[in-house]
Amino acid sequence: MTARALRQPFILRLTSATFLAFWCIVAAFPIFWITVMSFKSPVDAFSSNALNVIFGPETLQSGSGLSLFDIAMGIIVLFFTARISTKLLPQMVKSYSPVGRVWIGWILGVLALALSFLVVFFGILPWVLDLLNPILGPFGRDVVGLTVEHYKTVWIERGFINNFQNSLLVTAGVVSISLTVGTLAGYGLARSGSSLAFWILIIALAFRALPHSVLVAGYLPVFINSAEILSPILGENAPTLYGKPWATIAVLVAINQPFTIWMLRSFFQNIPAELDEAARVDGCSHFQAFRRVIMPVMWPGVITTGLFSFLLAYNDYLVTSLLLDAQNQTMVPAIAGMFNRETTTTDQVVAVAAAVSITAPLFFLVMLFQRQIVSGLTAGAVKG
Amino acid sequence: MKFKTFAAFVGPSVFMMVLFIAFPLISVFTQSFYVTQPIYVSVEVETCTPGFLAPTCLTEIKSLPKLDDNGKIIKVTKFVGLQSYRNVLELGRAWEALSAGKWKTFQTIDFWKALRFTLTFTLITLPMVLGMGLLIALVINNAARAIKGPVIFISLLPFIITPVIGALSINWLFRGDGILTATLEWWLERDIALFAQAWTIELLMMIYRVWHVAPFAAIVFYAALQTVNQDTLESALLDGANRWQRLKYVIIPHLMPLIIFISMIHLMDAYRVFEEIIGFSSQGYVISLQWLTYDLLTPDQAGNRSISRASASAMLTMIGIVLILIPLLRRTWRDQRGSA
Repeated sequence: MTARALRQPFILRLTSATFLAFWCIVAAFPIFWITVMSFKSPVDAFSSNALNVIFGPETLQSGSGLSLFDIAMGIIVLFFTARISTKLLPQMVKSYSPVGRVWIGWILGVLALALSFLVVFFGILPWVLDLLNPILGPFGRDVVGLTVEHYKTVWIERGFINNFQNSLLVTAGVVSISLTVGTLAGYGLARSGSSLAFWILIIALAFRALPHSVLVAGYLPVFINSAEILSPILGENAPTLYGKPWATIAVLVAINQPFTIWMLRSFFQNIPAELDEAARVDGCSHFQAFRRVIMPVMWPGVITTGLFSFLLAYNDYLVTSLLLDAQNQTMVPAIAGMFNRETTTTDQVVAVAAAVSITAPLFFLVMLFQRQIVSGLTAGAVKG
Repeated sequence: MKFKTFAAFVGPSVFMMVLFIAFPLISVFTQSFYVTQPIYVSVEVETCTPGFLAPTCLTEIKSLPKLDDNGKIIKVTKFVGLQSYRNVLELGRAWEALSAGKWKTFQTIDFWKALRFTLTFTLITLPMVLGMGLLIALVINNAARAIKGPVIFISLLPFIITPVIGALSINWLFRGDGILTATLEWWLERDIALFAQAWTIELLMMIYRVWHVAPFAAIVFYAALQTVNQDTLESALLDGANRWQRLKYVIIPHLMPLIIFISMIHLMDAYRVFEEIIGFSSQGYVISLQWLTYDLLTPDQAGNRSISRASASAMLTMIGIVLILIPLLRRTWRDQRGSA
């Protein structure tokens, strides 16, 4: 009876499905559109006719495009890569990696897959297609304009590769340090019922709300003059902290701490305390219990928290743009500089290509870690 | 757990938070009462240009920064009390404009302009985020099992994207004759310039923020929808509650704690609105409180950063944060004390 009574009328189902489709388009459209734009010549990219942007007649005329055969082959390669990464890779990792060190297998496997995909997709495939296209007649003729020229400009001429390395350094530093410091603190806070632990958590929550510009206002004068301030202690070697990536890493780790310890604490609270009590009865100290008993079962929580730390460091604009000098600049502030130059439309499309380059890693991140991200979002919420 | 072990576990984290959060907070507070400036001295400068018979000479009094023996500018830090706050607030001008009823003049003062936008932005986006989030959660919950995964994947994209890039991508769709502006113009059959006045930019910023945050709300709500008590729903059904009533009296009360949670997170984050200003490069029309501090911290043409004014504006921004935090802290206090 319930099932039938709960069944929704047709109109309701239709509205619900329409709204869902509408939302999916709204969510994906801006990202999809800038991706399309980044592959076109400036005239096409900023054309007010949507079809021109998609098919790119001007780009096609300037001699760069894709034929039907190119598109088909590209889709085939992408499809097989997806199949291999979802089916074959997990099996291979499971059977070949050393026992208890599955994560090494995963890192190697993913790296190998990514590398071979890059070689096949950007190295072998264009070469083969260049040979085959002239033979295939109508299927080999270019139908869609597409150019990777802007990506070349961004990465090679504008030196975006430098910014990429800086971003990589800063993000890797922030993720590894904030996880190390955060797991220790999260464990301590989850297992201690003292009122000191409670106060630390409350104060951390207050710290989370602080606008980052307030904190940077505190760092800047100290960082710029740090050589003078520190010289009585460190003598000649006193560093100027302004512009140093590791100083920025330290700042981002600290800003990230309140969030990290709250999240990890809620994950640790889900691990039964009996587990470490048993280890303690068997003669482990707190640290040994943490290292040998808790560490092996806490990976899901650590990976999820690591993802959010990654996002904070990777997406940051305010802190990195103020604390790093031009030569150590990360990707996000660099692109805002490119955009604000406001010169030709070519520059604009180059900025679009840079934006897509920044977004691509995030796209793959969601693809790989969708479940962890969702669990992270809900874990924080349910625990409050 | 003994205090010593606890301290060893928590120590590094607390040390970092004290060094990089608590300490800077205190230093911002003190900085806002001091001003560091070069010492200026009035020097009589004689500039001569070659002329007929005798060179023409001009003596004028210039104020030049005093240099020390190494040729570096000597700077002094002096206590100025509330002067920096007065410089930021410009109370005199603000009061004059307000009492004369000139809202426009009042809004030319950066701080009040920023405050006005930050508050409108925060308060308008809040119900929009909650409403959109709930709607999306309900329709995802209603969808066939097979498409839920892909739909959640797509929904996560706006949430995960770098805020500056997200704002930029919306910007590109609308700027000039961007594709969506062109579509709107074709549909409404009139010329539209979305970046020529403040209110359209503000509207776009709000749309961007809702696009960016609604997925977060949606996923949290969606997870909670899985745990709605089916028995309660069924009894409501037996009592003759229609769909709307079931939503209003069973589902919404079940989601209430999460609605409060998301509102608080959103208030905190929206009050810090900043990336939108960069992404839409709207500083000519619209600025926010955090952007004001950021702008005072970036070097001006002469390479000087007005640290003192930035500190004052930062402390003023903090007042809002404290107001938002009080209910949040009280709630957490109750929850944690209750569970411990």
